[in-house]
Amino acid sequence: MSAPDSVQSAAATPVINAARPIRTRLMLTVAVYGTLALATCVLTPLVGSTPISLARAFDRSIPLADNVDAQIFFIARMPRVLSGALVGAALASAGVVFQAILRNPLASPFTLGVSAGASLGAMVVIIFGASLTFGPLSPVPLASLAGAAVAAAMVYRLATLKDHAMSTSVLLLAGVTLNAFFSAVITFVQYLADFTRVARALRWLMGDLDVGSFAPIVAALPLVVVAFVIFAFLPSSLNLLSLGSGSAATRGVDVARAHRLAFLSASLATAGAVSLAGPIGFVGIVVPHLVRLMVGVDHRIVLPASALFGAAFLVACDLVARIVLAPIEVPVGIITALIGGPFFLWLLVRKG
Amino acid sequence: MLRVEHVSFEYVSSDPAGFSLRDVNVNVPRGSLTGLLGPNGCGKTTLLKLLSGVVHPQHGSIVLDGRPLTSYSRREVARRVAVVPQETHPTFDYTALEIVLMGRHPHLRPFQLEGPDDLAVAWDALLATGTGHLADRSYMTLSGGEKQRVVIASALAQAAEVLLLDEPTASLDLGYQLEIASLLSSLNLDRGSTVVLATHDLNLAASLCDHLVLMHAGRVLAYGAPADVLTPAAVQQLYNVEADIRFHEQAGHLTVTPVKRSR
Repeated sequence: MSAPDSVQSAAATPVINAARPIRTRLMLTVAVYGTLALATCVLTPLVGSTPISLARAFDRSIPLADNVDAQIFFIARMPRVLSGALVGAALASAGVVFQAILRNPLASPFTLGVSAGASLGAMVVIIFGASLTFGPLSPVPLASLAGAAVAAAMVYRLATLKDHAMSTSVLLLAGVTLNAFFSAVITFVQYLADFTRVARALRWLMGDLDVGSFAPIVAALPLVVVAFVIFAFLPSSLNLLSLGSGSAATRGVDVARAHRLAFLSASLATAGAVSLAGPIGFVGIVVPHLVRLMVGVDHRIVLPASALFGAAFLVACDLVARIVLAPIEVPVGIITALIGGPFFLWLLVRKG
Repeated sequence: MLRVEHVSFEYVSSDPAGFSLRDVNVNVPRGSLTGLLGPNGCGKTTLLKLLSGVVHPQHGSIVLDGRPLTSYSRREVARRVAVVPQETHPTFDYTALEIVLMGRHPHLRPFQLEGPDDLAVAWDALLATGTGHLADRSYMTLSGGEKQRVVIASALAQAAEVLLLDEPTASLDLGYQLEIASLLSSLNLDRGSTVVLATHDLNLAASLCDHLVLMHAGRVLAYGAPADVLTPAAVQQLYNVEADIRFHEQAGHLTVTPVKRSR
């Protein structure tokens, strides 16, 4: 009957499971997944058409102008790796947030059609060009945000019909409908445009991390940073919302505010990711599920773990995309779809 | 400690599940065990929502410890009033201990993680509900009775003085019903919890409660001790059922036996 004894015996379990104190689990999670993400980001740029040495790339005694390894590492390959990490973290976290507030583990920016909305926004700017800027935001991220916001607002409206919980059938139908609708408009926009711009747009629509320089990352960064600042406030509300909005409210959660912040942040993250790399699918489904299998379901652990694992996952997928048909570089969206499509079907079958 | 004063409430949207209340007056004394009785749609669940501050009345007020409930923040209310819904279905596979620890939420500041004190409160709640052995089990794999006891433990972890329960035994078999009843009774006696429960089970209410509120079509028909308000005439009025009500020597409380549907 002695409570402290039970607590201690439970804490002796040697994995990051629910029995350990939350503080320990959080620190272990950030350490383990942070190391994984960092290692992936540092090691994957070493692989490529020209082999380079990590030691030489980081050798500060050689001036950058003379250090070819450092140039390849930092200038040619690092933007791609960083955008992979940023996009992977953003999409995986947005997946976690959508799954929690819609109370459905099949929700994600891609399956809900929010990515498609963001794509349409970005596509309009890419094809027609626009020079509207707003503070630090350049046209493509801004248009992506507008598209994502429209799609998320539709999802929000559908979700509020029934206590914010979305049944799998409504979720799938909403996703199919929104995806079809936005695809049709994207096709229409392309139809109006000239051939060279369409070729570029098509490549972008496949989901590609070949961003070329640091500039697009800097452009997308404000959206993702704001999203992550909001994410930091969400995890305990997400846990309680997973029990139902009534249970959350009676435990002190301001449900309406939590929903608004969640939809806003997930839309910001999706828009940032899509504006940078196009609609890369299934990261928001695959990563949170794998993470939950490893660390349990507490969102205070799942959200940071998914962000870090999402970064590592997408950078690793991009490595596969670069080497699988070398010297041809496959768009990473094709790799994530090849992994994520069957994974999603498996989840659907298991859930049914 | 919890007073409902001239409360009228109507759902704004034409929600078919929304039931309106008209000029409801109820007094829930500190340490009492109050039962809300009435047919489907009479407003029991709505009254519980009003008492927990999830919705606010259009007219009248709910007064908690002398202050209107609307003057408390969401978290302040949650530290004083805990709610056990009829059923809880988490989206994700939480352990029983994680569910119970969520009850500590109103006591934690933003970004604060639960510490040893919160764990001690959670364990106390698990032990009080006889669910200590389930702590590391997945909530989803528990039986109906075990789930309900874990959710009650989660409400206890809120350390709230008032416990509101919405048909806590509705989906449980007879054995679990009695188990929950004796748990509520001991919480009321040992911890001094003020308990309000909505139920369709007249025998449960008669055995457990010291006050009954009889509701019909959004109004309070009768309020008082079971022996005074639980009469054949009242059952007739509430449910259109002829009932035989007598004191059961062995059980030690009134028992209600439905005889037939009137008309």
